[in-house]
Amino acid sequence: MIETLLQYLAAVAVLSGAVFGLLAAIGIVRLPDLYTRLHAASKAGVVGTGLILIAVALISTDGAVILRAILGIFFLLLSTPIAAHLLARAAYKAGELPTVATTIEDIDG
Amino acid sequence: MTGADVLLWSADIAIALLLVAMLLVIVRLARGPNLGDRIMALDTLTMLAAGLIGALTVRTGLELYLDIAIAIALVGFLSTVALARYLLSRGKTGESR
Repeated sequence: MIETLLQYLAAVAVLSGAVFGLLAAIGIVRLPDLYTRLHAASKAGVVGTGLILIAVALISTDGAVILRAILGIFFLLLSTPIAAHLLARAAYKAGELPTVATTIEDIDG
Repeated sequence: MTGADVLLWSADIAIALLLVAMLLVIVRLARGPNLGDRIMALDTLTMLAAGLIGALTVRTGLELYLDIAIAIALVGFLSTVALARYLLSRGKTGESR
């Protein structure tokens, strides 16, 4: 009984993780500049992969595997914001300008 | 239809969705237009690959795959940091817009 419930929960988690990954990819293709694309990629990327790791932890009966999945999620939550921030900072220092859609020009509007 | 069947079907659908996502990210990797976009696309590609291997773990039940997924995520983070440092050390190039 509880095993079936965990399997259904894992099915929901793995599907929603994949949908988050697909949304990140669509955002990467469609959004106008690097900063908005990073916004889509980092957030949805970590949620997508994290949900799939949660699904692995849900269906596993081995304690070591569950622990590794949880450690993987923790590592993802730790590393993805750092990578995104570092990349955005480096791109800004390299002269990459934000798109005009996200900047306010008060004089030459 | 038992819970195991539902799980296998959703893992199959998830693998298909992740493959489509990887194709879309490869489009951005090829188009660019700048180095920053390509680094971001590579980072997302490794993240999606880790998710794909996680979905394969669910599909096949071989829990050894989980270690590979975590290792890919680790290497992807390190390579993103290294490439961002390179982008930072390269300085202004004037290639954007």
